[in-house]
Amino acid sequence: MQVPSPFEYERATSVEHALELLARLGPDARLLAGGHSLLPMMKLRLASPEYLIDIDPLAGELGYVREQDGEVRIGAMTRHRELLESELLARRVAIFTDAERVIADPVVRNRGTIGGALCQADPAEDLSAVCAAADARVVVRGRDGERVLDMRAFHRGAYETAVEDGEMVTEIRVPLHPGAGSAYEKVERRVGDWAVVAAGAAVRLSDGTIEHAAIALAAVGGDVTSPAAAEALAGRPPSEELFAEAAGIAAAGCSPVTDQRGSAEYKRHVAAELTLRALRRATARALREES
Amino acid sequence: MSAVEEQRPIGYGRLKRKEDARFIRGQGTYVDDVQLPGMLHGAILRSPVAHARIASIDTSAALAHPKVHAVITGRDLEAQGLSWMPTLSADVQAVLATDKVRFQGQEVAFVIADDRYSARDALELIDVDYDTLPAVVNARKALDPDAPVIRDDLEGKTDNHIFDWESGDRAATDAVFARADVVVSQEMLYPRVHPAPMETCGAVADYDRVSGKLTLWSTTQAPHAHRTLYALVAGLPEHKIRVISPDIGGGFGNKVGIYPGYVCAVVGSIVTGKPIKWVEDRSENLMATSFARDYVMRGSIAATSEGRILGVQVDVIADHGAFNTTAQPTRYPAGFFHVFTGSYDLEAAHCSVRGVYTNKAPGGVAYACSFRITEAVYLVERMVDMLARELDADPAELRLRNFIRPEQFPYACRTGWVYDSGDYERTMRKALAIAGYDELRREQVERRARGELMGIGVGFFTEAVGAGPRRHMDILGLGMADGAELRVHPTGKAQLGISVQTQGQGHETTFAQIVAEELGIPPEDIEVVHGDTDNTPFGLGTYGSRSTPVSGAATAVVARKVREKARIVAGAMLEVAPEDLAWERGRWFVRGDPEQGATIQEIAMAAHGSLELPEGVEGGLDSETVYNPPNLTFPFGAYLCVVDVDPGTAAVRVRRFVAVDDCGTRINPIIIEGQVHGGLTDGVGMALMELIAFDEDGNCLGGSLMDYLIPTALEVPDWETDFTVTPSPHHPIGAKGIGESATVGSPPTIVNAVVDALAPYGVRHMDMPCTPSRVWEAMQGNAKPPQ
Amino acid sequence: MQVAMSVNGEERGAEVEPRLLLVHYLRDVLGLTGTHWGCDTSNCGTCVVLMDGEPVKSCTLLAATAAGHEITTVEGMERDGVLDPVQQGFHEEHGLQCGFCTPGMMLTARALLDRNANPTDHEIRTAISGQICRCTGYATIVRSIRWAAEHANEGARA
Repeated sequence: MQVPSPFEYERATSVEHALELLARLGPDARLLAGGHSLLPMMKLRLASPEYLIDIDPLAGELGYVREQDGEVRIGAMTRHRELLESELLARRVAIFTDAERVIADPVVRNRGTIGGALCQADPAEDLSAVCAAADARVVVRGRDGERVLDMRAFHRGAYETAVEDGEMVTEIRVPLHPGAGSAYEKVERRVGDWAVVAAGAAVRLSDGTIEHAAIALAAVGGDVTSPAAAEALAGRPPSEELFAEAAGIAAAGCSPVTDQRGSAEYKRHVAAELTLRALRRATARALREES
Repeated sequence: MSAVEEQRPIGYGRLKRKEDARFIRGQGTYVDDVQLPGMLHGAILRSPVAHARIASIDTSAALAHPKVHAVITGRDLEAQGLSWMPTLSADVQAVLATDKVRFQGQEVAFVIADDRYSARDALELIDVDYDTLPAVVNARKALDPDAPVIRDDLEGKTDNHIFDWESGDRAATDAVFARADVVVSQEMLYPRVHPAPMETCGAVADYDRVSGKLTLWSTTQAPHAHRTLYALVAGLPEHKIRVISPDIGGGFGNKVGIYPGYVCAVVGSIVTGKPIKWVEDRSENLMATSFARDYVMRGSIAATSEGRILGVQVDVIADHGAFNTTAQPTRYPAGFFHVFTGSYDLEAAHCSVRGVYTNKAPGGVAYACSFRITEAVYLVERMVDMLARELDADPAELRLRNFIRPEQFPYACRTGWVYDSGDYERTMRKALAIAGYDELRREQVERRARGELMGIGVGFFTEAVGAGPRRHMDILGLGMADGAELRVHPTGKAQLGISVQTQGQGHETTFAQIVAEELGIPPEDIEVVHGDTDNTPFGLGTYGSRSTPVSGAATAVVARKVREKARIVAGAMLEVAPEDLAWERGRWFVRGDPEQGATIQEIAMAAHGSLELPEGVEGGLDSETVYNPPNLTFPFGAYLCVVDVDPGTAAVRVRRFVAVDDCGTRINPIIIEGQVHGGLTDGVGMALMELIAFDEDGNCLGGSLMDYLIPTALEVPDWETDFTVTPSPHHPIGAKGIGESATVGSPPTIVNAVVDALAPYGVRHMDMPCTPSRVWEAMQGNAKPPQ
Repeated sequence: MQVAMSVNGEERGAEVEPRLLLVHYLRDVLGLTGTHWGCDTSNCGTCVVLMDGEPVKSCTLLAATAAGHEITTVEGMERDGVLDPVQQGFHEEHGLQCGFCTPGMMLTARALLDRNANPTDHEIRTAISGQICRCTGYATIVRSIRWAAEHANEGARA
């Protein structure tokens, strides 16, 4: 079996402690959250950090899903399984629930965390798209204070985020609005596989028109979000034709590549199909929310 | 049968497995569980490229690692004449590369260290200089004049050709094709897949310098054959080699061959004088050990316009990878592919198979393939389905019309096989009835009208399993027969030694049941010993569904020998002539006076006691035998699959799968059903997701379980299985073997269903795997082979 | 570094390298070889053990991280010579063949039944969907877990 290279190990007992360790150990240190992205990479020796700061003890401090100030606040160490089982998310931001049903597998979901997933920023990773569609903001904390970034600022592309040396993600904030609905759709070759393509949609309805919309795609390269598609939706009444139009815009704007999961042509096709389906469900949920 | 007897049958029946007790407690002993005092750990450095000349290897930094004991390279082995080893197909394979590397993942150096972590670390410290060469990846282009020659180690080799082989009658086949009303042709690829047992391959070698004895625990399906091969490879005397195959975490053909890692462990133990453990990781397993299939098949089928099949013809390019290591009977370089006429009575057939080298991992015969019958059945069942489409005939009806009829058995097919027995129509009709075939077709019409894509796949297969006979079938000169040795202890408890090796098939239960059936000794009183060459009789092992057909027969025969000995002893005990005794299960009694008798337990005690034994019994009841099968056995089955394809995403869901199998006499239905379930899941895997692909440089794209997808519980339906019983006329108990039937029969059934679902798009064929993207491309009229 | 954790109800400690994976701590340090491994990428699930009652993949967890937690392996399922109904169920319904994925499957089943005493077949299939069995085709595993649900209070000796 593959095994990691040697490293020095530290165990953080609080966020403050973790930040202190990050400052002391410098850029050769990595945080270990749930470990389900980092440890496999270390076993395959694609990553060989000199220091590992285990933040598993922060699962209490940073493990929560709660409503506060018109937002859902999610601690960075909240595990996939807790997101899946969150009644609050299922009721108000169901895109999380949809996605969590199809992220990895139930055993991995027992360990993997939202913070870890967002920071790994794998191009086929689901929660970046979910957070982008949900207009979530990410709290990044350093020793000098915290920054609150929207997903466009946070997610800088494949394996790249705005988190600087000495910083860590502590919280994700998802805005709550009346009349809002969201949904996530994914095609995978098999349960537990990374997405061939996935699409998230969120809409906010007001007086029978779409007041605000967001579309995000996973595993199709380029920008996670599709502002053009969102723009096309805004201010218009929901309809199948409108959804198809927006889905077409989103698909046209993505840049998939051919790989083992599928051809670029297929991915573009299915990006449109999934966007359409996500919009349909998001809108149905928004209507239920409205009534 | 009473309820109690149903639960605890003495003989055939639904006996719960004896081996479960240790596995459910985590007390199995797999190779990686073996711990010996002073044991060191080995790890293999592998080639990162598909084809390259080795310019230099520098091991000095690895040797300087404080926990490293030795680093072995091909040059070191060369000095002992061990850098190359014979394969099971009369080729040679590099143990550790000396001149070139010929596939990505090939073995280059072997590190021995105190622990597995240090061994892995030391691999990073070995510096190898490779001069990269162009790689041959596509088997169709392997014989192009400008293709690089992979096997320049073979004297005079100027191309990548391995063999040409044919079967059947080409002229007669051409003639029936010339007069046929309809001919359908199709090129199809049975892609490269991998058995990927959950336990990877590994070994613990322990060479005793004082006694000169090597004890080798290894993941092998054929411990006796391995012992002989080690004697031939390493030059160790065969009586000084003990191969132990402990509990095996799945084999499926992956654990038939001898891999370089095993040999390295042996050499390492000889060099260091310490036990060496080597267990491969998953990438090593997927990238370097025996793959399966990789057959490019150009098939044609000819028929009359009324739907009478006249002939089939196929030309194959067989990709054997960088070394011809396929494990199959010597005379059959394409395995048993020439049973490709399937279950149909036709006038003529011909196949030709051309084997080629490519810069890919060696292998080819593995993954429950019954020596290439997977490929054969896939070909003929796809061709028959395509013919049905061409004729606008119902695929089930077309099969029924062309089946070999019961009265034609034994049936000599056009390529020389003699099918022992069968009643195909009965089995097919049963499957159709269980599925509610007519109702399904009606539902399909309705769904199609609504734009839904529902597919119904029909498949039928005939297998040929249980190799030998030995005069036709050998591996490296070892005849394909199997031994059994039955000891009956004085108290009537028994020990059965067999030469085959379970990898989960439940031999400890099934074989005890055969003895119980023959002797009336309860199965719990019978210990089945296997997987240890020092303690079991010689035989060729478990693969090709041969355990029950060959070793099961040996077991029945040896039990009958014991029974006959017991008769003589009972005659002496009861003071009657043995001919005057009659047998009922577990007891000889005097004909006409059933009260007068002796149980097998009483007889066993008497046979070991002070009774004056008559001629023909030297003492005890122990017996042994070697069973040389007179013919293969021919299990068969009718399969039916219902799929739904999402028109938007092209994702395929298997909704139902009906399997009606006929494996002759059923010893333990629980185990048989389990074998079928597992094989059906393999079929879903191959049909929908499993694939070892390569890029154009020969890099393996399926080298981890992230990329090589295996079905989970959510991709498979609740299997609907049933059976018919057509006993084999030549097998002592009429049993036929079931281990690979479902793996053979299910892939074409599922593909038939997918293609049927896509009929509204005009799709006639698509190659596996039917992933969403590939299905969608087929729907766009753009179906192409994978990789 | 020194790690200590409760394994099957017993406090077990050892001096280990920080990089030691939990699966190797259990197998190579403690000699509990009932926990297996089958891949390098957290896909196969043969290494599943329970940590604080929930299934985790012990190949993707450092022994150091597990320190202070409660680990249950297959060796801890049988209590005082009485099998867990899950173990009995796997025997009754032929839920295993080669036995390699079995410990992980049984432990996941145990955790599932602890939270949901009467799961549907789909819930069972979902629960074990992170674990691969190459032998059984899963149907008998589903039946085994259902058997355990239906015989929740019956221990036995297989």
